[in-house]
Amino acid sequence: MAESQVAELNNLQREGFSDEQNAQYLTFELADEDYGVDILRVQEIRGWDVVTRVPNTPSYVKGVLNLRGAIVPIFDLRERFDLSSQEYTKDTVVIVLRVNGDTGMRIMGIIVDAVSDVLNSNSSGLVNAPDFGGRVATEFIAGLVSAGEKMVMLLDVDKLLGQDQQSEQELAAVN
Amino acid sequence: MTIDMAQFHQVFFDESFEGLDIMESGLLEMDPGSADPEQINSIFRAAHSIKGGSGTFGFTNIADFTHVMETLLDEMRDGRRQVTAEAVNVLLASVDVLREMLTATSEDAEVDSERVKAQKAELDRILAGDAAAAEVAEPDSTEEACARSEQTGWHIVFRPHSHMMRTGNDPLRLIRELGSLGELNVEVDLEPLLPLSEYEPEDSYLSWDLHLTGDVSKEQIDDIFDWVEDDCDLSIDPICPTQKTPAAAPETASEPAPKTEIKAVPAPDERREGDDRRTSDRRGSAKKSATGGGASSIRVDITKIDVLINMVGELVITQSMLSMLGEEFDISQIERLREGLAQLERHTREMQESVMQIRMLPISFTFSRFPRLVHDLSTKMGKQIELKMTGEATEVDKTVIEKIGDPLVHLVRNSLDHGIEMPEERVAAGKPEQGTVELNAYHRGGNIIIEIKDDGKGLNRDLLLEKAIERGLVPSDAILSDQQIYELIFAAGFSTAETVSDVSGRGVGMDVVRRNINELGGSIEIHSEIGVGSSFVIRLPLTLAILDGQTVCIGSETYIVPLVSIIESIQVKENMINMLAGKGETFKLREEYLPIVRLHEILGVKDAKAKNLNEGLLVVVEGEGRRCGLFVDDLLGQQQVVIKSLEANYRKISGLSGATILGDGSVALILDIPGLIRMAGNASVAFSKDARKSA
Amino acid sequence: MASILAVDDSASMLQMVAFTLKGAGYDVVEATDGQYALDIAKTRGVDLVITDVNMPRMDGITLIGELRKLPSYKFTPLLMLTTESSPEKKQQGRAAGATGWIVKPFNPDQLLNTVKKVLG
Repeated sequence: MAESQVAELNNLQREGFSDEQNAQYLTFELADEDYGVDILRVQEIRGWDVVTRVPNTPSYVKGVLNLRGAIVPIFDLRERFDLSSQEYTKDTVVIVLRVNGDTGMRIMGIIVDAVSDVLNSNSSGLVNAPDFGGRVATEFIAGLVSAGEKMVMLLDVDKLLGQDQQSEQELAAVN
Repeated sequence: MTIDMAQFHQVFFDESFEGLDIMESGLLEMDPGSADPEQINSIFRAAHSIKGGSGTFGFTNIADFTHVMETLLDEMRDGRRQVTAEAVNVLLASVDVLREMLTATSEDAEVDSERVKAQKAELDRILAGDAAAAEVAEPDSTEEACARSEQTGWHIVFRPHSHMMRTGNDPLRLIRELGSLGELNVEVDLEPLLPLSEYEPEDSYLSWDLHLTGDVSKEQIDDIFDWVEDDCDLSIDPICPTQKTPAAAPETASEPAPKTEIKAVPAPDERREGDDRRTSDRRGSAKKSATGGGASSIRVDITKIDVLINMVGELVITQSMLSMLGEEFDISQIERLREGLAQLERHTREMQESVMQIRMLPISFTFSRFPRLVHDLSTKMGKQIELKMTGEATEVDKTVIEKIGDPLVHLVRNSLDHGIEMPEERVAAGKPEQGTVELNAYHRGGNIIIEIKDDGKGLNRDLLLEKAIERGLVPSDAILSDQQIYELIFAAGFSTAETVSDVSGRGVGMDVVRRNINELGGSIEIHSEIGVGSSFVIRLPLTLAILDGQTVCIGSETYIVPLVSIIESIQVKENMINMLAGKGETFKLREEYLPIVRLHEILGVKDAKAKNLNEGLLVVVEGEGRRCGLFVDDLLGQQQVVIKSLEANYRKISGLSGATILGDGSVALILDIPGLIRMAGNASVAFSKDARKSA
Repeated sequence: MASILAVDDSASMLQMVAFTLKGAGYDVVEATDGQYALDIAKTRGVDLVITDVNMPRMDGITLIGELRKLPSYKFTPLLMLTTESSPEKKQQGRAAGATGWIVKPFNPDQLLNTVKKVLG
């Protein structure tokens, strides 16, 4: 319920109807760029750990992890966005997210360079994402928000990871 | 207090379906003419429970229908009615109708009232056939002493018999209740009271003369005295001001209670109407709430729960022992720590086993439908068939119970239809006229084995081969072993029936049977001897949540191969390997050429150690009737693994059936053998493959 | 609060009876057949017994007869759950020492009214 309310609020904010309600985002770094995800979707943050590779999946699917008995897929966000890949270090972090898909809620992890901060944002700070013609397809970006000097790209988790499943299914169908 | 009766519905339906099964199997075993009273009683009891429950939970139509069945069964039970084959058949058909009613009601669907009506008429016809149970006409006792409008109240004379208190009834309670109906004037007759020395404190001596004033119906008074009408002398007379109250001399003790008066009271029609109204109201509310509660439930033997509770108790003790040890740990206590951890491990394992036990149900849930099936079909086909069942108490996973039913029905029908010969044919072949179909279930290793065995004519290999060639399933020059020929019946689009019969020629084929069994992680094999009979052996895993796995390694990766699919593991030698044109690498195993599936290629493992076939091992596996050798680096251990779904958070991956968590907390993937064989399909040499090519 | 022993081999009926009585604050002991109920009754006293009639192992009428033989159950109200169609059951029950009966089908309110009446 809370989630859907927040989602609704976010929509309002994007369209500029909102009052002074704040939303919180967890921001992180990826190839020297700043991204954020709705903090209500974040289940936990953990260090990089070895995963089990899953055959016949795209290269950005690093594998699956045992998360307290659940089998959770882990995605490399750099590879997902076609950014230059990088060795995993001690700072490499996995953000475990709750994703709403067609078949209900799923738990998935994304690998990012490092977690930065929690960002408070209100309607005034949020703008629609312009078409960069660039690295990250705008369809995954829910909006932009400025944090001091920086511009943070807010990711639409459902589109990013939900979409992913679809394209993979198509991929599998081709195979 | 309002109680939502819908919360009990699921349990009611569950137990009613069980009751129907009891009725059905009881009726099937019943010998017309000389029925066992205890057997009829158990059938009666099942009907009675369904009636009671359905009435209480507001399913009036079910209660009404079951009532007629119950009446018939009751007369049989009391010996008032002969158990005839006709009556048994009508009861069996009624069980079917009742099952339909219950199914429809539980699914909130429309009950086929025409069918119910017709079957009820059948029951009534049987009931009416015997005039012995003629109804005694209720005497019309509403001879009012005065007109109802003039009446001001009732004069009641109440004399409890001496033992009344020993039925748990208290005369004072009754009088108090009367007092709640109107203005009550009480006079006690103390005369029968004995002197204290002779007085029995447990007996009643007193009697009462009561005048109740107010607008009270006779029914209300009768209701109060309902429980004690045989334990007291009672007279109830109206008081009319215009008429002198008839001198209501209470009947003497020797005379039976005024039955006619009391019995006539709950004017049956009125009462029923009232019930209907009440129940239909409740039904309305039940319908609404029933839609939400679709979750499937499981009935668990209480002893299993008790075992589990005990185990949790032990676990808690171990846990507290360990945490005490941890608070002030000293290296000298290392031995105790080891012991504690071993204990923890044992308890955890035992608990896992008993939790799994909760999902286990006896296979009789599935077997119980067969006596009826065999009875009905053999009658229809004009064959004489005896069904023998053993191992009905063998426990299997609930999901297996739910999914194995249809394949088993198909196999049994098959045996009846194609296996067992007509009586004359059997006699001509020197066999007993009556054929036998056996259904056996038992545990072997970590598996459940279900056997369907008949003493019929057996599979005709030449006929099967001919048919397969005719249908283009195998090339005409194929040389196949008997076993390979038998396997043909599992090929899609193959039917052994010379003419498509009503019994087994329609609907699902044997290919579907095999697929259903494979989906449960099981396998099926055929044994047959011409003229002697056939048997189908189904092997299923004990539970679907746990799997016996062989751990294999390929490079740095670990995979699990279900043990049930593994035939053997071999080291290949150069001379066993062949390159067959268009079929890729194969190896020869006992006169059979099997394809080699290099797992590291198909799974994309980059650091596989064994590249040459003689460096690794071949795990010979079978899935959906096709065999192949999986090429791996090495075998590790065998272990039971808990199956986890990949789909829950990700998606289905071809070639994998799931994942599991190993002892070190890492994830290992479980291979889907039939899926892998399909993936490697291009190189497959299985006969059905050949067929597809030649077709 | 008074304690009640409820006996029925039908799980749904037993649940309904027990749930209703517990909801009204009674202390309810459950048994799934007559023999089991008798075993319970021998080890503890209750203020009221409500039993189904048709049950495996030991039926309700036998149970009532056996209970009445126990000194501590001489005056305990013993009610049977019966169907309207069986007047002979009522007779048999009464002969065995039953206090009275509740006619099936009944609803929770009817059950509670009867229980309140008997327990006073």
